[in-house]
Amino acid sequence: MPGKLKAKIVAGRHLPVMDRASDLTDAFVEVKFGNTTFKTDVCPKSLNPQWNSEWFKFEVDDEDLQDEPLQITVLDHDTYSANDAIGKVYIDIDPLLYSEAASVISGWFPIYDTIHGIRGEINVIVKVELFNDLNRFRQSSCGVKFFCTTCIPQCYRATLVHGFVEELVVNEDPEYQWIDRIRTPRASNEARQRLISLMSGELQRKIGLKVLEMGGNAVVGYLQCFDLEGESGLVVRAIGTACTLDKLSSGTPASNACNSPSKDGKEALPTSSSPPPFSPSKPCSRQSSSSDTDLSLTPKTGKNTWPRPSFPFSSLPSPTLHIGEFPFFTLTSFPPGFLLHVGGVVSARSVKLLDRIHNPDEPETRDAWWEEIRQEIKSHARALGCHAVVGYSESTSICEEVCILSASGTAAILNPRYMREGCLDIGCTDHRFEEPSPPNCGFCHIPYDELNMPFPAQLTYCYHCRRQKVPDVLFTTIDLPSEAAVAGKGCLIQARLCRLKKKAQGEANATAISNLLPFMEYELHTQLMNKLKLRSMNALFGLHIQISVGENMLLGLASATGVYLTALPAPGGIQIAGKTPGDLSSEHISSIQKRINDTIAVNKELYQINPPELAEEGVGSPIPEPRHRSRLFRSHSESSDELSELDLSHGKKDAFVLEIDDTDAVEDIHSLLIDAPPPTGFYSCNTENMPGISNWTSGVQMFTSVRVLRLSNANLTNQGLNKIFTDLCENLLKSFYFKLRSMIPCCLCHLNFTVAVPEEELIQVTVTAVAMTYDKEQTQEKTAEKPINKGSLEAEEQLQFPLELCADSSSSNIQTASKISEGRSRSLRSSRSFGGSSVTVVKMTPLSFLPGTRIIKYLGIINMFFIRETTSLREEGGVSGFLHSFIAEVFAMVRAHVAALGGNAVVSYSMKECVFMENPNKNQAQCLINVSGDAVICISETDQESSASTANTGQTGGSETDGAT
Amino acid sequence: MSVELDVFVGNTTIMDEEVYQLWLDGYTVNDAVKVRMEGGVMDECEASKDVLLSDTMDQYRTFQMCERLLHSPAKLANQLLFQIPPHRQIMLIERYYAFDDTFVREVLGKKLSKGTKKDLDDISAKTSVTLKSCRRQFDNFKRVFKVVEELKGPLVENIRQHFLLSDKLARDYAAIVFFANNRFETGKRKLQYLSFQDFAFCAGQLISNWTVGAVDNMVEDMDVDLDKEFLQELKELKILITDKDLLDQHKSLVCTALRGKTKVFIEMEGSFKNLSRGLINIAANISLPLRLYPCRSDRWSAADMKLYLTHYTNSAHILDTFKHQVVWDRYMGVVKSCIFKMYHD
Repeated sequence: MPGKLKAKIVAGRHLPVMDRASDLTDAFVEVKFGNTTFKTDVCPKSLNPQWNSEWFKFEVDDEDLQDEPLQITVLDHDTYSANDAIGKVYIDIDPLLYSEAASVISGWFPIYDTIHGIRGEINVIVKVELFNDLNRFRQSSCGVKFFCTTCIPQCYRATLVHGFVEELVVNEDPEYQWIDRIRTPRASNEARQRLISLMSGELQRKIGLKVLEMGGNAVVGYLQCFDLEGESGLVVRAIGTACTLDKLSSGTPASNACNSPSKDGKEALPTSSSPPPFSPSKPCSRQSSSSDTDLSLTPKTGKNTWPRPSFPFSSLPSPTLHIGEFPFFTLTSFPPGFLLHVGGVVSARSVKLLDRIHNPDEPETRDAWWEEIRQEIKSHARALGCHAVVGYSESTSICEEVCILSASGTAAILNPRYMREGCLDIGCTDHRFEEPSPPNCGFCHIPYDELNMPFPAQLTYCYHCRRQKVPDVLFTTIDLPSEAAVAGKGCLIQARLCRLKKKAQGEANATAISNLLPFMEYELHTQLMNKLKLRSMNALFGLHIQISVGENMLLGLASATGVYLTALPAPGGIQIAGKTPGDLSSEHISSIQKRINDTIAVNKELYQINPPELAEEGVGSPIPEPRHRSRLFRSHSESSDELSELDLSHGKKDAFVLEIDDTDAVEDIHSLLIDAPPPTGFYSCNTENMPGISNWTSGVQMFTSVRVLRLSNANLTNQGLNKIFTDLCENLLKSFYFKLRSMIPCCLCHLNFTVAVPEEELIQVTVTAVAMTYDKEQTQEKTAEKPINKGSLEAEEQLQFPLELCADSSSSNIQTASKISEGRSRSLRSSRSFGGSSVTVVKMTPLSFLPGTRIIKYLGIINMFFIRETTSLREEGGVSGFLHSFIAEVFAMVRAHVAALGGNAVVSYSMKECVFMENPNKNQAQCLINVSGDAVICISETDQESSASTANTGQTGGSETDGAT
Repeated sequence: MSVELDVFVGNTTIMDEEVYQLWLDGYTVNDAVKVRMEGGVMDECEASKDVLLSDTMDQYRTFQMCERLLHSPAKLANQLLFQIPPHRQIMLIERYYAFDDTFVREVLGKKLSKGTKKDLDDISAKTSVTLKSCRRQFDNFKRVFKVVEELKGPLVENIRQHFLLSDKLARDYAAIVFFANNRFETGKRKLQYLSFQDFAFCAGQLISNWTVGAVDNMVEDMDVDLDKEFLQELKELKILITDKDLLDQHKSLVCTALRGKTKVFIEMEGSFKNLSRGLINIAANISLPLRLYPCRSDRWSAADMKLYLTHYTNSAHILDTFKHQVVWDRYMGVVKSCIFKMYHD
């Protein structure tokens, strides 16, 4: 009996009228934990009842404390008939189970009903008394901290990074149980909500146990997902990175703890005092897709399409890795010095049939599937000469019985000094890495042997240090390292693709999908590459490729943030060529060529890409091999893997050549040019940091937008579909710009697009992002002042020695940072005047930080799952009205929970699932939403003094925030 | 191909004041889009018509969801569904309860009943305020009326606290409630030239001088019901016109004071009896205090009117046999300021 849970029901307000006759309600409350239930007295005839109940005490195992939510049901007492439920509140008490987080949960919670939505609010106080349990064989893992944040959380430092943890639990989906035929929709929804809550609790506990086993005390980059498999079950799975975190004392200055983008949190790691040896890495993605049904369980790695990895790399001093252990990291940004080299994107996909699972109630089959995928990822990383995968994530797409499993990450070489021994086994020190390289280009240097390149690539000497080789482009899934030297601003780059497929069943369907996947990957990649060149950039960060399956089509959406890394060569232009001379009128070609060149010029201007000119081309820097050109082939022509491989590297030209061989190609080029740049005053990215902007002001607006398109035309072609899909995404962006125009100058950060095909003719796009204002003046100042600040001597040197430039840009970053805080304080103070509302303002952001503030306490993870259903769709304002209020309700419930924990913000917020189903003929709709994030207390950076007191009381955070605009 | 569903939800609720006004004014989504396009908002951010439509729909939905809260504005501050900065909340409430003077002029003094509500389409046609907006305004009047009806204490203060309105707007509502409660007719043709603000001023005067609340500030309806005792006492002022001696005495006192001070003296002297009768009759039959039109003449300037009334009031004090000085002051003070207010073009 190692824990006592206490709950007190204080009051209710704004309750709905349950008794039509009196226009009042006789409310009482049931408090349930596990199998124990308590009840309050009935508070007769009131819409604002005061129960002020006694403390209800539950004596429970800590295992249950971790798994179970506290369930509070508000009911209307009825003397003659059954009591009517008004609604429920589920409170996850996990944050109370570790000492550093919240000590009490107290506040107003929206009373939620799956049919009626929010119906009033209830004030509850919850406390937990934990008894020390020294039982070594315990099943609980109380005390392990969880963070959704994919970097080392502010106010902690990582002493050790232990590595990858994963877990998966399966259960029967209540929606598909026989009993569902006879119970009400409300009962069924509640059963589902409760089950998922239980399963995530269990999952978290099990992962916690693994972390304890590894000797860690926290999970960072915790990513939990649901797979609604339908008949075969409901899967909850999670991955994360186990770490040992030390809390920084509250007296530590902000810069120590802060990982905010403007600063380099050097102190975040204890051992990084000496500049760590950085070194090369290499761009390029390796992707593969293997299709296997249960009949063919072996992953067919041979199906890799682009660029085909050449596997023999015997001469490469390949790191030996422990079998069964995955050197994967879900983190996307790292302390300086952690990341030595980046190899490129590695990804793997696999198509599975859910109805072939032999024992659907057990996790074994799914475990084996993921194991397979991870092995494949691991081998891809090895092929790139890397021993680790960072920025790793997993996802699924399910349509009927077909399921696509995907995993992707960035192959990398990490600095072993931060690793637990044995976590990464780096057998031999590679001589190539001995020479320390400058921090702002090191990660670009290739990690593989240039004589045994896994794929054809164009290498040059690094434009910074001139010592190591770098690739011509670099694709990664991680955030831009804070120390990286960039020119200009970054921008969101998306590749969008639709592919029709025939409707089919079972294996035939799976095969058809597996056959399509490589082509889709190839085309997405081609699009990305072209769009990157069109913006005159040479690297992609935060690359996320989603492939979503529907009954008659596949949707592919790749999003990333393009940036110009000054260590990499300038991208060549794009050259248009007819297939054979005179094939198309040369006039036509030259007009297209002109448009492309114009676009490139405009983009250079727009993103302020003015890379430092090299004084003399080639002085002391032999640019060795003649540059190659790649030709991009259209994959939908009969081109097979071999063909594309053959053509990837020959020719002598500088520019990227696009060949126009048919009208489709013309269409494609047009669609390339269709992406409108954001309007003046806006920038966009999908990463944590916006390359080129760091002087944020206090304006923060997180939003979620959902759009569903119905395709009415049954005879759509791939081309037509592509156009529709592209327009859908572009129009969404345009809408955001318009809606947020009052925030200009502003940047849309962490733009996260999710696509789905909920029904045959529907395309759904869900976007969550945050708009943040920044100080335009300071940006310009920064560029202008740069040489002046550094003094004339260095300014001169800068011209001659690229190396100095690196040092210069990083130090000017620091200067900017100090300037920023002034700017921030100014704007914070000015918006301070609005106060007096009784509701705590809770800010939400998908980023790991809030500009102008410092996180002083992490209160625990928020992981909530809601179902909303209606049988009066028209009355609720149609599908849009229904979903609009549901999303608003979800936000409200998240905010209420955070406020009750004593917090004033949610960071690393994400909406992981938004499944929408409708049946307009029956006037019905249903929606499932899963959100997660980290509840925190943050204080204004200018309010250093109050930090200690706020941290101690832990309950007063609310008053610190200013009104968001 | 059609957009089946399109929503945008911000953690801080995004509201455009211009769109809010269009919504309040009862524009349909399509009309609102047209107005916005004409307003040139498209030039900002390179928006297209679709973008505008989508934005307008989103905002209209938001306002509809907020409307329930606006009915009891105190809830807006402690509800959890929408995160709206306090200054925006104030704007939302103030604008929601704002009304068109042309509309309120039509319903002022009418019973706020279902019957009147049925006539709203006529009023809408007459005032060219959209029916939707008329309904909102009418319902606001009714809601405020219903809430303050049962409250003790000063009317304006009650309205301000319950509906979180600005002082100005709360006073206007107090006037509306006052008129609705006492059913003073304002629709007479001769009163057509008067604006709502004229009436609101008069109501303010009446509330602060003639109601129960003027003598006792803890009774129910103190500011809505007129002081009955006072009304009774007013009847006794009749003596000024029924007693021939008193009337003549009063007239000569006034005329003496006025002689040589105004160009329209002859006219004043000639109409003294009529005017006095008019003023005193109003006192005796207070149900229509605004039947002051006898005073209106094309030739009297506002200054003439002021001069006349001042002396008319003061002279009564000199009359030996006139004993009702207190009531007289309480009465004439209000009547004077009301007439001054109404004496304009």
